[in-house]
Amino acid sequence: MSGIYLDYQSASPVDPRVHDFAERYLTKEFGNPSALHSSGLAAKVALEEARAKVAEFINAESAETIVFTSGVTEANNLAIRGTALRNSSKGKALLASAIEHISVLNPMKDLKKGGFDLALVPVDSTGIIDLVMLESLLSKETILTSIMYANSEIGTIEPIREASEIVHKKGLYLHVDAAAAEGRIPIDVQNDGIDLLTLSSNDLYGPQGAGALYIKPGMRIQPVLFGGGQERGFRSGTENLFAIVGMGEAARLAKMEMEGEGNRLRGIRDELIKKLLQIDEAYLTGHPHKRLSNHASFRFSRIEGESILLTLDAMFNIQVSTGSACSSRTLEPSHVLLAIGLKHEQAHGSMVMTLGKHNDPDQVPLIATAVSNTVQRLRALSPL
Amino acid sequence: MAQIGYSKKVMEHFMNPRNVGVIENPDGYGKVGNPVCGDLMEIFIKVKDAKIDDIKFRTFGCGSAIAVSSMVTEMAKGKTLEEAMKITRKDVADELEGLPPQKMHCSNLGADALHDAIKDYWVKSGKIKADEVKEVEGHEGVSCPTE
Repeated sequence: MSGIYLDYQSASPVDPRVHDFAERYLTKEFGNPSALHSSGLAAKVALEEARAKVAEFINAESAETIVFTSGVTEANNLAIRGTALRNSSKGKALLASAIEHISVLNPMKDLKKGGFDLALVPVDSTGIIDLVMLESLLSKETILTSIMYANSEIGTIEPIREASEIVHKKGLYLHVDAAAAEGRIPIDVQNDGIDLLTLSSNDLYGPQGAGALYIKPGMRIQPVLFGGGQERGFRSGTENLFAIVGMGEAARLAKMEMEGEGNRLRGIRDELIKKLLQIDEAYLTGHPHKRLSNHASFRFSRIEGESILLTLDAMFNIQVSTGSACSSRTLEPSHVLLAIGLKHEQAHGSMVMTLGKHNDPDQVPLIATAVSNTVQRLRALSPL
Repeated sequence: MAQIGYSKKVMEHFMNPRNVGVIENPDGYGKVGNPVCGDLMEIFIKVKDAKIDDIKFRTFGCGSAIAVSSMVTEMAKGKTLEEAMKITRKDVADELEGLPPQKMHCSNLGADALHDAIKDYWVKSGKIKADEVKEVEGHEGVSCPTE
């Protein structure tokens, strides 16, 4: 990778230690964990070790609470569809924060077509959920509430423990998508009061193609994929052993290294925010301090995010992301930016930087100069 | 294989846009799009001997919107007004070696802005009346589907 990569939230490199640890499950230890011969048993042992590492990473009650999936989208679909369809006799209402990932919102919208009710908990201008509204929107019918641990577009960390208390006081269940938060802040499903938790491998520097759903003992949930009954029947399909073993090792390393790396990135990130906010009409999006340690997100008036992204890439070899409509398939601006109260024309000027392993403090002045030049260049073209 | 991302030509025009700026006291001015939609462009023309003698643009928008604006000014410069009125959105997209499908509408406003600038000139110079503007061909479709 040449240049400066600032899009770790979209994709991260696999940690070489993870790669070295898991590689043999692609080429040598390739047995099917369901097979009874020695190759199969070796694979099964590796699978269960990975499960134990992931369970330990989130302080789960036992390894059996972890169901491996193909990634975050599948884990979110399993959490939502699996809970909704299993418990529809108890109620048909779903609740989610307005800034959930589309892999939470879209399965819920799909269930809505099938007769479920869906309500969204609003957030304030920094992206923090409205706990009073959360409480008032909950009813006996609310079979599942989804609130993300942190948001990938604006970096805001949600008050999960407070939300959990509100949900549990009413005897209801909480699903938490931790894809953006994991590896950045410590997650403890027991202390945090989480019933279902979505995890991703790649956000921990593990291989893509693996994710997991933590299912609290006693949660009633049905599978989404049916077949051979792998993963205690919750997720049929031969396990992606390489990715899962890699995810386990990535989780083990993240647990050890998260705090130090978080502090390192926070220092770089704070300096980056300070420098970029010196640009005329540059604004931070998301919460000023309740935000992920690696996350810096902005909007710039009078220019458009895709143009910012393309210019930074083509002229300065710097890779960022944007919530602008122009970069999306639907040509709608990000629902997250609209939920925090930005107008369409403001949301179009968004730029998101997420830091990771390969960023260092020396890059900050280069990034700041590049962004400043890019903004100037595009504003010179703009009629606004 | 389907086209991935923008063509080289789009990126070339995006990174080196031609005819950027404003013409003071233009003979014709056209403005299309809406910042709410994410694309807004304006075109200024100077006319001499019924030809586009000078043309400038300013655009707020994505990469393709800027490339389209640049390209349409380059295509129109030196053409007669009648010839310039015949430039279509598709002509501009073709000259750019194609645009991604989802960009064909929202961002491909350059021809519309050019046609508006020419009609503005025709109105100002008395060739057509203001209330006849809509009857003159020009806009090819809705530019902003949202709101």
